[in-house]
Amino acid sequence: MIKRLLAGAVGAGVLGGLGFLYYAWYPPIATIEPPAASSFSAEQIERGRIVAAEGYCAECHTRTDNGGGPELAGDYKMETPFGAIYSSNITPDPEMGIGAWSEEALRRSLRYGVSRQGVHLIPAFPYDHFTKMTDQDISDLYAFLMTRPAVHMSRRPNELPFPLSLRIFQAGWKLMFFTPGVYKPDPSHDALWNRGAYLAEGNAHCGACHTPRNLMGAEKKGSMYDGAVVDAWIAPPLNDKNPTPTTWTEDELYQYLRFGVAPLHGPAGGPMSPIPHRFLSQVPDYDVHALAHYYADVDHAAERQGHDKAALARAMEQSKKDLIGPNTLDPDARLYQGACGACHYNAAPMPVLGRPDLALNNALWLDEPTNLYQVMLHGLTAEEGQSGVAMPSFYNALSDADMARIAAYLRRTRTTLPPWTDLEKKAAEIRKTVKTLPVNSSH
Amino acid sequence: MIKFKLNGRDVSVDVPEDTPLLWALRDELDQTGTKFGCGVGQCGACTVHVGGRATRSCITPISSIEGAEITTIEGLHPEGEHPVQQAWRDIQVPQCGYCQSGQIMQAASLLKDYPDPTDEEIDGVMGGSLCRCMTYVRIRKAIKKAAAAMREEKSNG
Repeated sequence: MIKRLLAGAVGAGVLGGLGFLYYAWYPPIATIEPPAASSFSAEQIERGRIVAAEGYCAECHTRTDNGGGPELAGDYKMETPFGAIYSSNITPDPEMGIGAWSEEALRRSLRYGVSRQGVHLIPAFPYDHFTKMTDQDISDLYAFLMTRPAVHMSRRPNELPFPLSLRIFQAGWKLMFFTPGVYKPDPSHDALWNRGAYLAEGNAHCGACHTPRNLMGAEKKGSMYDGAVVDAWIAPPLNDKNPTPTTWTEDELYQYLRFGVAPLHGPAGGPMSPIPHRFLSQVPDYDVHALAHYYADVDHAAERQGHDKAALARAMEQSKKDLIGPNTLDPDARLYQGACGACHYNAAPMPVLGRPDLALNNALWLDEPTNLYQVMLHGLTAEEGQSGVAMPSFYNALSDADMARIAAYLRRTRTTLPPWTDLEKKAAEIRKTVKTLPVNSSH
Repeated sequence: MIKFKLNGRDVSVDVPEDTPLLWALRDELDQTGTKFGCGVGQCGACTVHVGGRATRSCITPISSIEGAEITTIEGLHPEGEHPVQQAWRDIQVPQCGYCQSGQIMQAASLLKDYPDPTDEEIDGVMGGSLCRCMTYVRIRKAIKKAAAAMREEKSNG
């Protein structure tokens, strides 16, 4: 009896194993001669350009360290909790890039996370989102990529430890966390909403940064858009957990995504900055409206807007208090006034663009001072946030203790939330993540 | 090579990306009207306009203003006749004069936001611009005079 049970268990194990291997195995797709540029119509290439911009392909497929690299030629270093990985070359070079890939091979990689060669791709390549893309979009993207300049450039090898480096593990990951399939429109919503949802959940892969991940690096299904830490920045919640005092309405979201700054929330900084400036500025207005429309629904803007007027009045009131002479007996207020006050002043009735009001800014209302510190240390370039104006870098100007005092002062005077803790220690930690000094006066 | 607009003309400088804007202005572009004070953004002497907003140039990396429009004291008005500059001369504001280009740039920016500023608003915005000769009383007076001149110009124009 025991023997039979054992045999049964072994048999089931073997079958299961074989089943898994069958599940995990993908054949290579035959190589092709790189297609001639003339085989694609100009209209299709143009549509593909928009698809590529809405998926931010160039952001992760272009090297930024070691002096940068050619666009789309890969070798971008991505730090993951498991080790650094380097993106692949997606220019049409037949050896180093995807020049020998058929359209079918590109479709399979986006929809199932498998390379032309049949190798499982690491989910840092967000195929869990790209799987939702339509055949038409993939076909257009193919036309665009295949007509870019071919770059004969290899990438550095990944630094994933054994056994994670075995690609069969990726198949197991897929079995647990991945559901392939094209986006299905929700008939209870209109066309604009569905366009926004299609982009947001699919090609634009917003959740890749704004949804927290589990220990295996998969997006947590029950915590969609709850916000997460990415590259030592906080990607804030995009749902109604977003703590800013005024609501992210459709209009605010549109301004932010289209121009990189929302009047009642502030500018796009850090890793978010390229999204409006480098990419969404290149796409049709309708699509940006669609994203804004969709996220205004995700964060339940319509039900939350009621408090906005009071929150705005409160913010202006506090800003005015500092403007008309802060409490000079409070050393923190004096420090703030000297370092920040000459730019960050506002008075009723509305904050002015280019003078972001700190009381309304995401960074002060998040659970941690991470983003506030990042902006203090780096500043903002003229390309980031509101175009044409810049914030200096206080990396050399403020010590960790100074930063902690300003953070505590702002949290105390401009939010209704409990104080942040361990501020000086956290300032030192964020400072350590700054690898290249933003400004160096020793030249 | 970093390119930007300085006082209305296109310029480019070949310096390391982390060079402070102030260094490039003074050492590479010979615009020495902007002064070095503290070097840590706490005194306002190095204030210039980036995209029309008062900005401390001693801690602004040159790479961060690529493509932006920079105005220094030399470019505030081609003949040095900006209403703030006129008021500065009329009232004889400076004593040693070291901080004044920063003060004037900050004041010009202030008047765009508050055409008729109160004493408190002047103190609030100018609070980051230090004057060791203690000419604050005259600075405030000059800003009010410039504001009045600008309002008049506007109503006549």
